[in-house]
Amino acid sequence: MANKLPKVPVVIVGMGWVGGIIAAELTKAGISVVGLERGKSRSTQDYYHVHDELRYASRYELMQDLSKETVTFRNTEKMRALPMRSYGSFLMGDGVGGAGVHWNGQSYRFLPYDFEIYTKTAERYGKNKIPQDMTIRDWGVTYDQLEPYFVKYEQMAGISGPAELPEHLGKMSKPFPTPPMKTTPAMKLFTDAATKLGLHPYIIPSANLSQDYTNPDGIERAVCQYCGFCERFGCEYGAKADPVVTVLPVAQKSGKFELRTYCNVTEIMHDGKKATGVKYVNTLTGQESVQPADVVVLAGYVFTNVRLLLMSKLGQPYDPKTQKGAVGRNYAYQTNGAGSSVYYEDREFNLAMGAGSLGSCLDDYNGDNFDHGDLKFLHGANIRFTQTGLRPIQYQPAPADGPRWGQAFKQATLHNANRILGISGQGASMPNRYHYLDLDPEYKDSLGLPLIRMTFDFLDHDRELVKFIASKTKEIADQMGGTKTTVNDTIKQYNIVPYQSTHNTGGTIMGADPDTSVVNSYLQMWDAENVFICGASNFPHNGGYNPTSTVGALAYRVAEGIEKYMNKGGSLV
Amino acid sequence: MTKRQSKQPVDESRRKFLKYSGAALGGAVVGGVIGGLVGSNLNKSAKEAPTPQESEETPTARDQDYNHALMFFSQEQFQTTEAAAERIYPKDDNGPGAQELGVAFFIDHQMAGAYGFNAREYMSPPFYKAEASQGYQLTFKRRELLALGLDALNEYSEQKHNKKFYKLSPEEQDAVLTAFEKDEVDLKDVPASAFFAMLRNLTIEGAYADPLYGGNRNMDGWRMRNYPGNQMSFTEEIEKEEFIKMEPLSLRDHLQTS
Repeated sequence: MANKLPKVPVVIVGMGWVGGIIAAELTKAGISVVGLERGKSRSTQDYYHVHDELRYASRYELMQDLSKETVTFRNTEKMRALPMRSYGSFLMGDGVGGAGVHWNGQSYRFLPYDFEIYTKTAERYGKNKIPQDMTIRDWGVTYDQLEPYFVKYEQMAGISGPAELPEHLGKMSKPFPTPPMKTTPAMKLFTDAATKLGLHPYIIPSANLSQDYTNPDGIERAVCQYCGFCERFGCEYGAKADPVVTVLPVAQKSGKFELRTYCNVTEIMHDGKKATGVKYVNTLTGQESVQPADVVVLAGYVFTNVRLLLMSKLGQPYDPKTQKGAVGRNYAYQTNGAGSSVYYEDREFNLAMGAGSLGSCLDDYNGDNFDHGDLKFLHGANIRFTQTGLRPIQYQPAPADGPRWGQAFKQATLHNANRILGISGQGASMPNRYHYLDLDPEYKDSLGLPLIRMTFDFLDHDRELVKFIASKTKEIADQMGGTKTTVNDTIKQYNIVPYQSTHNTGGTIMGADPDTSVVNSYLQMWDAENVFICGASNFPHNGGYNPTSTVGALAYRVAEGIEKYMNKGGSLV
Repeated sequence: MTKRQSKQPVDESRRKFLKYSGAALGGAVVGGVIGGLVGSNLNKSAKEAPTPQESEETPTARDQDYNHALMFFSQEQFQTTEAAAERIYPKDDNGPGAQELGVAFFIDHQMAGAYGFNAREYMSPPFYKAEASQGYQLTFKRRELLALGLDALNEYSEQKHNKKFYKLSPEEQDAVLTAFEKDEVDLKDVPASAFFAMLRNLTIEGAYADPLYGGNRNMDGWRMRNYPGNQMSFTEEIEKEEFIKMEPLSLRDHLQTS
């Protein structure tokens, strides 16, 4: 029997960036919040022995336990979806802080173009430029409307970035709160080469602090030590902004916040019009509880948000045949794979040193900052050189056409360990009618509930994007004074085995049209006014950037929306 | 090329860190590990002279590693693993190979634990034949696949050369491993290339994982790559033009004992 608890004003499902930001903002406003997290609690002291590549990077210490829950995957509807049995392409987080603990900290605002991609594409090239099954749409919110929330996010996280950004990026009403990260010799080579080509490089805005910082909430954090252990690791210094060291302490200090760990939400309770609360299972004891609430907030990762709606039969599931329904549509990813390598036979770089968002980048070929008239793709990629700290297990720099083991392999990897600089494109991902998330008909999680099923592949326009961006990385690489450059300009079928990116998007998309979007511009659900859903699952397409700053901005907007809703009720748009 | 051959770079970097950040933070709301840095052994490695065992590079000293014993393998599986790993990561002019680095012990210990049992992976049925894009879909757990694969290596070697794998010449061993890598072997349903890929990955992990796991003996895997291991800070070095060689540190150097 489920244990029925006393009603609370707000219950939040998931305690990552989104859950943490909303919890902090609402409790500051005096609203009581219960936060449910399926994983364990965390603090910086957990990371004293974090410089362990095997445990954290190769064995995925901070990630979701796949024996309990995973996703199933197929490229097309013609294939049978099979479970992702071990990690590869992307890494779901777990525990307090979620994926916001193991991220790198690269902090870009999506481009103004991203939020109005349909209108701006049609304006410049005509509607026929958009391929038939490409389901791009405006987000229902403009960059200018979202701008103040970007500021809030950046001030909270202490984003370190340049005083001025190139003109083809969105305007900032307030500069980054801390100066840019340090510049390494390799970053200088990239920047000089790009400048020589007439491009507009800048230092990557970073959530790894460039100096000690006290944020508007009074949270003090220490400067980054460039130790080279960010992605897949937690930061023992608290220098990398994550929910545990920024927003959650604020919520906790308010006295209005109750964090419950080991609580895995399995259902949103509702009467068809409004939610009444959530049901969850304590993962240690197996005890089921029902938590009634006035407002339910879904703040999980992409897969969690979509899966909970579908399991709870809340909202209309998307059907690719009729293109009706919204829950699960517009799943998108990141089109990576374009890149060049510069070899230096005559020098070595300190590539073990670094930080998750240490690097330089440019957006001359991102968004619509260049003419797509003669190109067979839309959008583009942020092109970057990053120095995140190369580690010896996961980085095996041997020629792709050479042996993968034995003496020649060993010699090549030892020789090249500190001699190659990589320039890569982080490509945008356009949604497609046949790329979506739904419930798997066969595979179940450890509680017997259906897994989420992903149907996704790379298409011709993705391959064209990679080819084009790769040629641009090669132009830069050739200017960098190395002894040799190589290029990768080809991607094939989407393969879930090699790691690519933990930037999965879509499934509960935002928009102005209730028929084709799940939430409005305040991330309020069209089909249930007291349910708010926030995360990269709101993105109708994925841009050529890491998503976190844009997710953070949306989280500040939804916090404001929830407060408004609690005062007057009804639809916020 | 400069060298930073300090015996206690960790202490230096900790002091620097405390000087520039920790002190300034005072009673910080977060960043609790700063307190942990001011540990009881902050200056231990600098003050205490190395014990004779640590400083002597004699075989006797090395044999004191009681962790180098078997948790999972049979004696023959161990010898087979050691021979195969040595061909994957051989001793050469750069330095030791897998055998000297203790890679076979690393693999043995990994198979005895959660990784060998695929404890954090989705192993529920049903199992169907997969497209390559869908990844590993076999029922074999790693320890099962490895054990079957090692037996298969020996069986194949006996068929071809009338000898166990670990008794073959290096050239013969390479040919056997290549046959497995290229799926030219079909023995007892063992997916030969999946077995080989796993053995290769485990060998690389064993050469470069922190020595606490039984491989990368004396951090020599890291030394060959000029990898500095587990350092607390590169703030002073990150902007330097020249390549900086450092004596590596392991997680052992961070352990606080009372």
